[in-house]
This record gives sequence, structure tokens and C-alpha cells, in this order.
Amino acid sequence: MTVRQADFLMAIATILMSLGLMWSSTDGLAIGWVSGKGPGSGFWPFWLAVGMLLCSLATLVRWFLRHTPESRSTEIYMSRSAVVVVGTSVGALIALLVGIHIVGTYFALLAFLLFYLKVIGRHEWPLTVMLVGGIPVFIFSLFEWALQIPLPKALTEEWFYPVFDIMYETDYFWMYILGSFLFLGAVSLALHKFLPGQDR
Amino acid sequence: METILISLAGGLLQAFEPLNLMMIVLGCTVGLFVGAMPGLGSVNGVAILLPITFLVPPTAAIIFLAAVYYGAMYGGAISSITLGIPGASTAVATVFDGRPLAMAGKADQALTAAAIASFIGGTISVVLFTLFAPPLADFALKFGPPEEFALMVLAFATFIGLGGDDIPKTIFSILIGLVLAAVGLDIISGKPRLIFFDASGFLHGVNFLVLAIGIYGIGEMLWTLETTGGKVIVHKVKMSVAGFMANIRSVRTYIKSTSLGSVLGYFVGTLPAAGATPASLMSYGLAKTFSRDPDSFGKGNIAGVAAPEAANNAASTGSMLPMITLGIPGSPTTAILLGGMIIWGLRPGPLLFTERPDFVWGLIGSLYVANLFTVLINLAFIPVFVRVLTLPFTVLAPVIFVLCIVGGYAPTQTMHDVWLMLLFGVMGYLMRKLNYPVAPAVLAIVLGPLAERSLRQSLLSSQGDVLIFVERPISATCIALAAALMLYPLFLAWRRRREAAAGDSGSHPGASG
Amino acid sequence: MPTLRKFLVGTAFALGALSVSLVGPAHADWKPRKPVEFIIMAGTGGGADQIARLLQGLIEKKDLSPRPFIPINKPGGSGAEALLYLKDKAGDDHTVLVTLNSFYTTPIIQTDLGVDISTFTPIGRMALDTFLLWVHADNTEITDLDSYVAAVKAAGTEWKVGGTGSGQEDSILTAMMESEFGYEVTYIPFPGGGTVAKNLIGKHIDSTVNNPAEQNEFYRAGQSKPLVQFTPERMAAYPDIPTAQELGHDIVYFMQRSINGPPGMSAEARAWYIDLFKTLFDSEEWQTFCVEDGLTCDEWVAGDDLAAFHAEQGMRHRELIESVGAEAITGE
Repeated sequence: MTVRQADFLMAIATILMSLGLMWSSTDGLAIGWVSGKGPGSGFWPFWLAVGMLLCSLATLVRWFLRHTPESRSTEIYMSRSAVVVVGTSVGALIALLVGIHIVGTYFALLAFLLFYLKVIGRHEWPLTVMLVGGIPVFIFSLFEWALQIPLPKALTEEWFYPVFDIMYETDYFWMYILGSFLFLGAVSLALHKFLPGQDR
Repeated sequence: METILISLAGGLLQAFEPLNLMMIVLGCTVGLFVGAMPGLGSVNGVAILLPITFLVPPTAAIIFLAAVYYGAMYGGAISSITLGIPGASTAVATVFDGRPLAMAGKADQALTAAAIASFIGGTISVVLFTLFAPPLADFALKFGPPEEFALMVLAFATFIGLGGDDIPKTIFSILIGLVLAAVGLDIISGKPRLIFFDASGFLHGVNFLVLAIGIYGIGEMLWTLETTGGKVIVHKVKMSVAGFMANIRSVRTYIKSTSLGSVLGYFVGTLPAAGATPASLMSYGLAKTFSRDPDSFGKGNIAGVAAPEAANNAASTGSMLPMITLGIPGSPTTAILLGGMIIWGLRPGPLLFTERPDFVWGLIGSLYVANLFTVLINLAFIPVFVRVLTLPFTVLAPVIFVLCIVGGYAPTQTMHDVWLMLLFGVMGYLMRKLNYPVAPAVLAIVLGPLAERSLRQSLLSSQGDVLIFVERPISATCIALAAALMLYPLFLAWRRRREAAAGDSGSHPGASG
Repeated sequence: MPTLRKFLVGTAFALGALSVSLVGPAHADWKPRKPVEFIIMAGTGGGADQIARLLQGLIEKKDLSPRPFIPINKPGGSGAEALLYLKDKAGDDHTVLVTLNSFYTTPIIQTDLGVDISTFTPIGRMALDTFLLWVHADNTEITDLDSYVAAVKAAGTEWKVGGTGSGQEDSILTAMMESEFGYEVTYIPFPGGGTVAKNLIGKHIDSTVNNPAEQNEFYRAGQSKPLVQFTPERMAAYPDIPTAQELGHDIVYFMQRSINGPPGMSAEARAWYIDLFKTLFDSEEWQTFCVEDGLTCDEWVAGDDLAAFHAEQGMRHRELIESVGAEAITGE
């Protein structure tokens, strides 16, 4: 697909988007000027969406007239390698979100990081182990412990009960967190020593 | 005047009491790091620390919370610059130039500029706060819906020229931001609007951070992945004392826009409805409009980092004013601070200044001290933050993705918003490749709700008569200023064309909309 | 409303005994295993938010719960989002909701929401908030309700009443006054009661029905004045201000602040929460807060009594909304 074709498709997409927004704005809302009260509740979104439609039509006209650089460009919109690189990342992110709904944030993060660092990044094991273990521990200690923002845990909810027991019923939880980081560091150092990486 | 100085001296002495000083240092540090996380801002830091403050006296507690607030304002710039993700809505404008500077290996310059500008903004606004608090509180009262709407028009006018060179696509971007801002419950009619697919997640509207993290976090990462092909990119960053001193000295290159931004930020911040985000955006817009070299903005102009940072710090001080004198929070963070004050039995209102001077002046004194400590702590950590950029991209990318996901979840704590963020990220990436500018949409979603609400409130009170906006002196002034700002680029283009009339007359008439 | 009043007074004594029997020591076996989500059906800074954060702080300070309470704001759709969230959390023992009156009105006004609040698990009522009618202190010709009504009638729809949004408590009260006195005003919504109060002081609107906490500081500073209170009896803080009932107008309106669990919360958990919030209700800090904030915290209503209270209030709101017409509240 060339940039010119993509520009045309995007203009069509924005036209459809504008029409969809216009249609949503009329759903039970007054899009007109209510006498003595000013604009109705649908006025703002509806007429702005009309503006979006006009802009999209202008883009389309300029596309036909070849006024913009994009409408003249015959370069490839996304090269095959770009599709692969971006596609795997987006795919991995979608899998991560689906995973959060099923196995909860922390285990989904584990899988995502493992995939990203080892399969895409091809990093050596020590670094991978360090980050795959360290980032969820860091996120947990920051969100659940320090900021008290519970992240979704879905099916693994009850697995965390013992962690909460330690967290709230001992006064030294920070030592566990520190310990886990030190442990991960030690493991990765050890692995690094015995399994020298490729790209160092 | 004399009484002010005496009260201020008392307040400063109070700030230097060991407990209060400890609170300031701790608060600044916590705020700095919480603010540096994408999606987490001062509101998170303040909210979580609120219960802890039951253990200390109210003055120490508010000092602590104010220090967190201040620290987070500084911290927001850090993720904007190093990761390209605005840590909070107040730091969006910092991304525009901070990110290009970081990509060019000048992250240390940008971070230093942000810290120094924040310090200048904080200092100027605290001085203004000390001198003009009571008269400004009266001025804030004069700001009704028509004035708010006029201010929004003025804010939009300062963005002229922020868009790309493709006018229909720029306007499209503004409009889609404004429409997204209308999603959720319409408070005027009490009706839910644009609840797509009946998803309950749309009831709370489209959170600004969802769009900003989507576009700047995920979208930017995808863009970088494509341009680098997923290969390892490592920025080389040299840090030296001499370089650091040079960065400090370069303050003269942006002192003008910084001072302007500070004063502007303070005044906008004192208005109950506005707050720090519009202030930082307006400051950026003004810095660009009046710059000698407006085209370098958005490509890595140091003044483009300094101006919004000065303004958002100034505005955060400013927004303490309506909180203290009117009991109205200018931002979610001040809302929680306000809740804290009420819990401690301090009733914000017009009498607080006279009835509890120890508290008010203690707070003001601590703002001076907190500002100083935050800039020192921030400058000390810059080498650490800069090192983030030296990580290989295949390490940085997943870490940033993870921070985006949890950062998108944190503000509303719904997975709905995380999915929406991913969608915005992919859409933003695809559209950006076709020269659709994304910044206008992000700006519009911040100002959209305020603009629509104040417009409809004004028209309700004037029975639908639009002349209300020009009949009132303050709003008429704002509208006139807005008109002048909109015409200014045209004037410049006209002058440029006249000057160039002798030479090549085929030049493009500027990038304005 | 006499029924409400009778209910309040009549149950006052019976309740004490009931709640004591409810919070016996039989349920020491349940306690939270993870942090409790403390859902607030309004945004940061409002009354419900302040209450939640105060309670959270008190729980922490007094070490009343082995796990912390985490306030989460879900203001979307006048609380609709919070109600839907709680409905989806059916059977969950680690989620509680702090309510205001949109707990009743939102399911009535947003008919397709599909939330039945009677399925929720009532825990305890922490306070009743009250409303007064306020005008700017400079309005010297308005001194009482009669002169107010006369002024409003003279101004017609040019009279501007500020409020916190169509469908909110003050819009219902405004609609009640419109039908009682036979006038029509322009209702202008603002985000939050504090902003409403500020706009009255700045003379951008002509009158408000604010809570005491929102206007009290301006009142003390001599910038605003209350004309009438909408309580059954005069509040201690406003001994000189007549109630609407005294003046022969049957307008009584409360806002309840209560704690509720999702549908199907286990009995043990419910008993634990009732016990917890009873302790908080009785604490010195809470009672002091009530006095300072102009809240009425005389009696503790918990469990099934709260369910009866909710049913009664729900009915009353349905009647109110039907009598003034949902259009009068949400209409355009």
C-alpha cells in the first residue's frame, strides 16, 4: 500500500468516524439551539462532528487534486519489516491486556516481558531474568504497597492473600522487597557468570 | 507591606522548624518520583499520604502535602523529557520540545532547563502570592462563566501555529479532541452522551491521560520501533561539571519566555476553574508566537521546555489561592488537599487568612523553602534520569509499554481505559504517518469540557444572548486579546511578504491556521 | 414529609437496641484478606470524597482493619458507573460504596441503567446532610422567604439558581420549590458545591441551595445569608433561620451519606463492616467532623434498618421526580 492509498483510506475512515459521531450525538439529545437556553446537550458534539466531516471532505478533495505531499507520495506506507515490528508489538500488547483479564496483571506482565525481551529483543538470560522478575515486583511494590492502587488480578486474586498477610501483618515488608531485588540481582549475576551473553 | 513581611518572616521561620523541614524534604522527594511515573501525578502522591498526615500537626501536614504537590510538578517534566510520555496533564506541553531534545542527546539540557524554569516559576508565583493574595481573591470572584469561556477562547488562540502545515488535518485533530471531551455525562442536562456500544466505561468520559499516554506513549514507541526497525539504539550522554554549569548558564536564552510564563501561569492558576494545564499550554503557545524563531519550536527549542514548566509550577502555587480563600479546588490534587484541611478542622474561606495566619503563612513560607529544595533535589538526580536514555531500545520499549499500561489504568482504575489507550495509540500512530498532527487533539481534550460548560452556563444565564461575552469588561478584554493573537501570525506573514517583496515572492505564507 | 419524620423519630430508640444486637461478637471469624475498595460515587473534593478519605484515615489511625481501605472515585454518569461497578462485584466482600442521594435518583432518571439498589447490601448510615436557601448578603430587599419568592416572581426566568447538576440533590430541591411556589427559574449547573457557592458570592447567580459546609465560611464573613432551612427542625447552627415547614411549606429534604456493599455480600463480612463503621460513627473525631461540617449524625442506622430507610427514600425520590417530572430536573 502506498502513502497515497493510505491517505485516501484514512480520509474515508475519518468521514465514517464523523458520521458515526454525528449519529451518536443525535441519540436522545437536542442538537439544536434551545430558545432562551442556548445550545442543547447534543449541540457541541454534533456540530463539531459536522466540522470533522467537512475537514475530512476537504482532505479528500485535496487528495483528488493532489494538493498535499501525502496525496502525491507513492512511497510504501508501511514496509513489510515495519508491519512485522509494529504488528508484533501491538499483538503482544493485545495479548497482555487479554492476559490481564484472565490471569491478572502480574502474571500477564511476566509473560509479556519474557516474550518481548527474549523473543523480540534476544537478550541474554541474566538481563531477561532480572527484568522479568524485577519489573512485576517493582510494579507491585509501587502500586499495591506504596501507592495503594490495586491492579487487576482476576483469577490469581487469592494467590496474593499470603503476600498481603506478610505485607500488612509484619512491619518489615520493605525488607522482603529489598530482598527480592537483591535475590534477582544475585541470580542474574550468577547466570551472567556461567552463561556469557551474545551481544555484550 | 510591613505586616506582610513580618508574617512572611514568621512563616519562613516556621518552615525551618525541624519537623516541617523534614516534611518538605521528604515530600519533595516523594513527589518528584511519583510525578515522574507516567499516569501517576501529584494526586496519587497526595491522596496516599493524606492518612499519614493524621499523625502530625495540620501545618506540618499541609506543608508535607504541598511539598509533594510541588515535587510532582517538577517530576512530571522528567517522564515528558526522558520517555516522551507526559507524566501528568500539566506536563504535556513539555513533551513537544523536551522529547526532540532528548532524542538529540540533549536530555540533560532539557531537564536542567525544566528544573530551573520550574524554580523561577515557583519563586515568581510565591512572591506574587505573598504580595497580592487578597486582591486576587476578589478578582477570582469576578470570574464567572462568561469570563471562563473568554479565557478558553484566549487559550485556543495561543495554540494557533501549534498545528501542522496541513490545515484541514489540523482542524480535524482539534475537533476530534473537542468531541472526545464531550463523552460522558453532560452536567447541564444530566444526560449521558456518546456512550458508544453502551460501555459503562464511557460514562466517566475520555480521560485526558488515556489519550495522552496512548498517543505519546504507545504511539511514539510504535513510531520509534518502525524507524529503528527494532534495532538497538543507544544515546550517548556525556555528563560533566562544565556541561552542567553551561546548562545552568544557558538560562539567559529562555529567561524572557520563562518570566512571562510564570506571571501568566500564576494568574491563570488563581482562577478557580482553570488550573495548571491550560496555563502551561498557553505559556508554550505564547513563547512560540513571540519567539524570534517560531519554526524551531516542536523540534527541540529549549524555551519550549522552559516556558510550560515555569507556567505549570507558577499555576500550582496560584491554585492554592482559590483553595484557601474560596474553598474551591483548582485541580484534583488541591481537591484532596482541601479535603485534608477540612479533616484537620481548618475551614477554607475568606476568614482563614485572618483567623489562622499561622497556618496560611506557614504554608506560604514552606512554598519558598519547598521550591528551593525541589530544584536542588531535582538537579542532583538529573544524571540518574538521563541514564534511562542509554538503555538499549529493546529493553526500554517493553518497560515503557508496561508503564503505559499501568499508568493508563491508575487514574480511573478501569481496564476499559487501558483498551481505549491502546486503540488511541495505534490510531495516533497510523494517522501521524499521514501528517495528521496529534498535539491539537491532546490540547483540545483538556480544554474542551471547560469551554463547552462555560459557554452553555453563560448562555443559560443570558437567556441565549451571545452578546454576554462582549458586554462584560474582563471577558471582552480576553476576547480582544484572543483576536489580536489570532491575527498576529497573519500580520507577521504580511510583513514578511512585504519585506521579501523585492526578492522571491513565492514563499509559503506561514504555518498558521 | 411527616412519614419520614415519624420514621426517623420512631426508629431512633428501637435502632440503638437493634444495632447493638447486630454487632455482637458472633462474627469475629471474618476479616478482610486484601485491601478494601472504598468506592466513591462522586469526584475528588466533594462531600462524599471527604467523608471517604476521613474514614480511611480514621481506620488507619485507630488500626481498625487489618487491611487498608482504598478510596477510588467513580463519578461517571452521576454515580451510574459506580453503581454498575458494584453490581458487577456481586458477592465480593472487599468492596464498599459511599453514597449520596444519586444512589436513589440515578437509577430512576437513567431508566436503562438496570441497577436495582435494593439488591445492594446496606451497611450503615454515617450522616444526613442538610440544605438551606442562600442569597448574597448584598440583597437587602430579600430578608425572608416571602420577599425571596416575590423577588423571584418579579424576575421570572431571569432569576438564576446555581446547582451541582441536573439530577443532583439541589436540582430536585429547586424543582420542588418551583412547584411549591409556582415560579420558574433558570437553573445553572456548576461542577461541585464549592464552585456554586463561589459563583453566588461573585454575583454570577442569584440564589443557591447549598449545604451548610459549602456556604458557612462566606456566611461567617458576611458575604451570604440563609433564608430558610429544609430540615424538620431548626439546626443548632442556625437557630434564627426558620424551616420551610414552620412557614407552612412542606419541603423537607435530606442527603444521606451511607456505606453499602455490593449485592450478595456474605453475612459475616457485612457484620464485620457494620461493626467497623459503628465504631467510626461513635468516634469523637467523626462526631466533631459532623458538627463542624453541619452534618446531622444523631442516630446510627445500620443493616436492615438502613435497607428500610433506602426503600423509603427510594420511593420518596420516585414520587418527587414523578411529581415535578423528570423533565423538570433533567430537561432542556
